[in-house]
Amino acid sequence: MMLAPMSVFLGLLGVGAFWWTLSHGQYEDPSGDAARILLDDPEDRPL
Amino acid sequence: MAVSHDLSPAVDLTAFLKRRPDAAPTFELRVKGARCAACLGKIERETAALPGVTSARLNLTNGKLTVAFDSLADADPGAVVLRLENLGYPATPYDPAQAADALDREGRRLVLCLAVAAFGAMNTMMFSVPLWAGLFGQELGPATRVVMQWWCALVATPCALYAGRPFFESAWRSLKRRRANMDVPISIGVLLTLGISFSETLLRGRDAYFDAAVSLLFLLLIGRWLDHQLKLRARSAASDLLALQAPAATVVGEDGVERRQPISEVEVGDVLIVRPGERIPVDALVQSGSSEIDNALLTGETAPVPLRPGHVCRAGALNLSGVVHLQALARSEDSAVAAIARLVEAGAQSKSKYVQLADRAASIYVPVVHSAALLTFAGGWIVGLGPREAILRAVAVLIITCPCALGLAVPAVQISASARLFRRGVLVKSGAALERLAEVDHVVFDKTGVLTEGRPKVLDAPASTIALAAPLARASSHPLSRALAAEAGPGPCADAVIEHPGLGVEGIIDGRRARLGRAEFVGVSGRANLETELWFAFQGETKIRFRFSDRLRPDAAETVAALAARGLSVEILSGDAPFPVAMAAEGAGISTWRGGLTPIEKSEAILALQSEGRRVLMVGDGLNDAAALARADAAMAPGTALDASQNAADLVFSGEALGAVVDAIDVARQARRRALENFSFAALYNLIAAPAAMLGLMNPFVAALAMSGSSLAVTLNALRLRRRA
Repeated sequence: MMLAPMSVFLGLLGVGAFWWTLSHGQYEDPSGDAARILLDDPEDRPL
Repeated sequence: MAVSHDLSPAVDLTAFLKRRPDAAPTFELRVKGARCAACLGKIERETAALPGVTSARLNLTNGKLTVAFDSLADADPGAVVLRLENLGYPATPYDPAQAADALDREGRRLVLCLAVAAFGAMNTMMFSVPLWAGLFGQELGPATRVVMQWWCALVATPCALYAGRPFFESAWRSLKRRRANMDVPISIGVLLTLGISFSETLLRGRDAYFDAAVSLLFLLLIGRWLDHQLKLRARSAASDLLALQAPAATVVGEDGVERRQPISEVEVGDVLIVRPGERIPVDALVQSGSSEIDNALLTGETAPVPLRPGHVCRAGALNLSGVVHLQALARSEDSAVAAIARLVEAGAQSKSKYVQLADRAASIYVPVVHSAALLTFAGGWIVGLGPREAILRAVAVLIITCPCALGLAVPAVQISASARLFRRGVLVKSGAALERLAEVDHVVFDKTGVLTEGRPKVLDAPASTIALAAPLARASSHPLSRALAAEAGPGPCADAVIEHPGLGVEGIIDGRRARLGRAEFVGVSGRANLETELWFAFQGETKIRFRFSDRLRPDAAETVAALAARGLSVEILSGDAPFPVAMAAEGAGISTWRGGLTPIEKSEAILALQSEGRRVLMVGDGLNDAAALARADAAMAPGTALDASQNAADLVFSGEALGAVVDAIDVARQARRRALENFSFAALYNLIAAPAAMLGLMNPFVAALAMSGSSLAVTLNALRLRRRA
């Protein structure tokens, strides 16, 4: 009896998380993000 | 024809700044050629280092660079463009009014609907699997069944109502126009399914189709999203750009002071100064000064036209050699360029009347399916089934025939076809364009820049003579001189160079005075002055003649032959003089050609062909082709074309090879075949499934199986296109 609502709740959590990524522009520039990780930003290079 | 529409640093770009009341101004450009992390780092670093720039961020996916400035006063967008150009990345500014709209709201909404439908479909499945098991004699008490059905209802109903909104809205819009598109049966099907499932659950029946309603929406949304991606990719690449005519003009006031003004504010009678390298802002009369103008983008003429006081020049022409004072004859919106823009608009409207394959199918499909459902209901009642069973069967017919396969059939084909063309360097701007291209039976080529390379090349001159004249040629910006300089390669420049507008250049090479230019300028008399030649001489020595010609693309003849082999007739419509057009036609093996056409005559020629029942593909690149491109049934433009022409075209091909035209037609025809196959498959499926539903052989399990099965089949058939690349 508890399992059914819990599984639906977990599913809703997944949709909610997806909505969050969408609204925070994480899919705006996939190839840019892939390239950016290769760039060394001189300001935060370890000493 | 696109000889040189590169941005000169003199052009004032402040009109392209996006001004915001409470924040610093930003400037958005489309950068071409950036592909890797190194490009990204270099572009952002170099742009951010410019004075007045606070930040620069490049979106590598769509090539959009956003530059933020300290303040309006410090902002120098021209410097950004110049810096990018020096780095080797050509850039064009976005129109600020359109850039604000570039956020892909529609796409985000579709993705969210898709996610909700996926959630709904999967979680309903959790409860519907026990229900299906119950159908096959497994142990499932009536009480448990009702609980499971209510859980299904609880999850599926809100999901279906949310995820179905794109379809409901489109169906409503279509119904308001008294038409029925594919979304009408989809919406009716989904809503009826939900309604009947509720009543069955309440009446303790077994036929609740909640899972079918959401999974149907899920599959359809995939199709819708694919279609949207196709449009989006094309839009970000080709449209949204503003053709850079001449955003600002230099006006001389009565007090003699020069002022930069947006061209929309130039009034008839204003005195304008146009320097070499700038475009003529409005149609105008030459008052003083002399020069040559390049009309290539307007008329397709390859040869520069001399400009003297008293001559009239048209907006959009490029001033080549001298400073001229002009008197404005028309306002910007009454100029020749604006007239072409209006023709383009009219052509685009005629194109939008094309009814897509899927909608044509829907117009047959909708009445047939709905009368079948109605017949089932009436028939069932007459043979004595009772109203509840009769309604159930009618709804079963609607569910099973819901055009799920149809909704997926066309977008899946189009996305794989355009992916295949994309790999070959052809950008497809819409799925409808592919359908129109598949029906084409006549191909019209523009000459300059399409059949030919669009750049003058030196004809049969020995390298030693070219090297003699090269130091002077390097000092001039005239297209013929540039061609000569390009042939010679890098080297020294002449000293003390004086450019004589409309005549040529004079300078000192190795201590000797030399001239390069028109025949009479160099001292040759009694010769007809052809525009496609240059003369060169040292003072008092023999005169050397250089002849220039615009070479055919290497695969032009091959392409024309391939088109003919496919049963297409080929024709040239050009704005250039008859002689060069005849030469090009002969070289490419085309027997039908017309030269000396104005942009309006080109568009009318297309219209005349269409009224004979021909379906015309126009391949063109200049501003003079834009109206014809918009008017034709399908249109292609090379990647070197002017933005206005790329906007008017349906397909844009990159690279030097004209063979892209043949490839595109082949793929479009294959895609059409696949789409028709998918339609006949869907029809066959309905022919079997609908009678079964009428006879009451359907239950929720069969419905789920049949629907996903047919969708899978059409998708796999569409993917076959992708494989044989």
